[in-house]
Amino acid sequence: MYCSKRDRKVAIIILIPFLAILFLFVYGFIGWSLRVSFSSWDSIVPNMKSVGLQNYIELFKTQRFRTDIRNTIYFTVFFIMICVVGGFFLSYLLYSTLKGEGIFRTIYLFPLSLSFVVTGVLWRWIFSPEVGINALYRMMGFKASFGWFTSTHRVAGFNVALIALIIAASWQYLGYTMAMFLAGLRGIPDQLIEVAQIDGAGEWMIIRKVILPIIKPITFSAMIVLGHISLKIFDLAYAMTGKGPAFVTDFPGLYMFETTFRGNHYNEGAAISIVMLLLVALVIVPYLATTLRGDAE
Amino acid sequence: MQKKFFIVLLVLVVATSMVFAQGTKDQKKSDSLEIFSWWTAGGEAEGLDAMIKVFENRYPGIELINATVAGGAGTNAKAVLATRMQGGNPPDTFQVHAGHELIDTWVVSDFMEPITFVLKDAGYMDKFPSDVIDIISYKGEVYSIPVNIHRSNVMWYSPSLFKQYNLKVPSTWAEFLQAAEVFKRNGIPALALGDNESWAATHLLENVLLSSLGADGYRDLWQGKIKWNDSRVRDGLTTYTKILGYVNRDHAALANMDAAGYVAEGKAAINIMGDWAAGYYYSQGFEQGKDWDWAPAPGTSGVFNMLSDSFGLPKNAPNRDNVIKWLTICASREGQDAFNPIKGSIPARTDGDRSKYDRYLNAAMDDFARDTIVPSVAHGAAISEPWLTRVNDIMALFTTELNVDKAITEFQAAADRYAPK
Repeated sequence: MYCSKRDRKVAIIILIPFLAILFLFVYGFIGWSLRVSFSSWDSIVPNMKSVGLQNYIELFKTQRFRTDIRNTIYFTVFFIMICVVGGFFLSYLLYSTLKGEGIFRTIYLFPLSLSFVVTGVLWRWIFSPEVGINALYRMMGFKASFGWFTSTHRVAGFNVALIALIIAASWQYLGYTMAMFLAGLRGIPDQLIEVAQIDGAGEWMIIRKVILPIIKPITFSAMIVLGHISLKIFDLAYAMTGKGPAFVTDFPGLYMFETTFRGNHYNEGAAISIVMLLLVALVIVPYLATTLRGDAE
Repeated sequence: MQKKFFIVLLVLVVATSMVFAQGTKDQKKSDSLEIFSWWTAGGEAEGLDAMIKVFENRYPGIELINATVAGGAGTNAKAVLATRMQGGNPPDTFQVHAGHELIDTWVVSDFMEPITFVLKDAGYMDKFPSDVIDIISYKGEVYSIPVNIHRSNVMWYSPSLFKQYNLKVPSTWAEFLQAAEVFKRNGIPALALGDNESWAATHLLENVLLSSLGADGYRDLWQGKIKWNDSRVRDGLTTYTKILGYVNRDHAALANMDAAGYVAEGKAAINIMGDWAAGYYYSQGFEQGKDWDWAPAPGTSGVFNMLSDSFGLPKNAPNRDNVIKWLTICASREGQDAFNPIKGSIPARTDGDRSKYDRYLNAAMDDFARDTIVPSVAHGAAISEPWLTRVNDIMALFTTELNVDKAITEFQAAADRYAPK
């Protein structure tokens, strides 16, 4: 893109205040958190004496934090899987066969307009073991005693209670992936599909060999967006379940909030947020790298 | 064109910053008093308003700023407060749990002024029980004025259920466990618990420990003078695990008030909860003696496990003189009798006007004047916040795993780190 020297100068001048604010309030405070995470600031009074990696070592020894990390990983994997697979399925239905696309699109997209707090309160009542769908089952004569988000069962390190949270989160974001995929599908030239049909490819073959490769970039960016939402999840769990019995529905964000602002363990809170930052960076940095490389080409 | 745009932008930026500058100047206006609290709803907010009215009648010239921060059971407010205190911009006075929550967080770190003189000047020193003065003091100086007293060790029970199964209302945990067996056979949870926030479990445990250790042992435990592997502590923890065999199945999804409600609705036999439950029952139209009644928590008769909200004087408070006036009102009989009947708590003074309080509160006032007073753990009176958050985390695991040995190790580790040395 061409722009004159003068334009560029003005652009930079206008950007400076925003860059300054960005560096101070984002990168400055990330740096500050990093410093606090190496300190012994364990009360209301700042104490910057460095203790090296001690806070991190103690953090990973804490049962609560280990549970949190496990919860985060399982939650992220299932959340992304359901949203991507389910979202593609819904968009394909709308794309190919279903009548009344407008209505269904709106229905699926609608939950996205809610905040996680609203979703959380809503699903808390639905899954509440005595008054929610358990009560419905009991009315129908079944013996329903599944604890949902209060269940303390665990299968291969996966806290069964997370199912309720995964359903709630997926319910909200399914429409988002659907919309993205639908846009992608609409962008595929009809000729391509027709050519494939003439060549004798069945529907399944077309999906696999034509559609999926074309919408791969969309899948990728949807996964990135969902991934960073679920790695940082706080509001949904805070509104819906809290940390749960034996931390079955706890996440690093909740732990960080409680330990820092209720317990004044500032060093521990900073260490948790740095770990969270690294987790998100693990997802975002490769994405940025590929995007930037793509732009350069 | 660009130049023009630039000038407009500049003007806008300057104008906005001037507006903000003006705003901060306005807040520091001459004769005002900022009261910082998380009392935003129901009886507490109305109670505070009533006390503020007493203040305004006495000092009409002073403008009161009622700064409240909602949400998170005070956690959000505490975060805001911490930022303001550390940034050298303290509110004139703020709500804080009396005892170690105030002392270990704000007094030890030298953010507060001693206010013994407020009580002395007004002649109120002997109006408060000496146990209470102990709880609000650090190194011989008083640091906050308690405006109310709540009791933690109360057992709420369903008279009709006990009558129906012809059982005696338990006065010890052993008696409770016997009765609980009968309730269990009939499909009724003996104990209603609502620990969707883990402090409710801590609340139950502190009162079980109070019964197994007695008042002195309980105080010593939370001052780090008794080890957690002491046999009485172990007994208490073991009792706790047995009690948990008789709780309602949905306890982890339930809020503490809902659990109290179970008792009045006849869905559970007893509930251990602070005496704000009485206010809840009255407000829901449940009848004392028929739907609910109360007794001290099993094994804690003669002991009053207290918690209290209080106000203090931060160093560098912008309107120090007004704070002192406010604190004097807080400590006065008139102020306390304005606040407490509405909040549903008893005054920290022992000379409250009995006619203003309901039946439960009158009984609580009798006990408060007579019993040994100990500070509550779950509500910040007995231990510091850093310690309490650890205790709550341990309880979240202990309530599920019921592993006494593991709990003892973890409680001791927390005590080693956070108990006063």
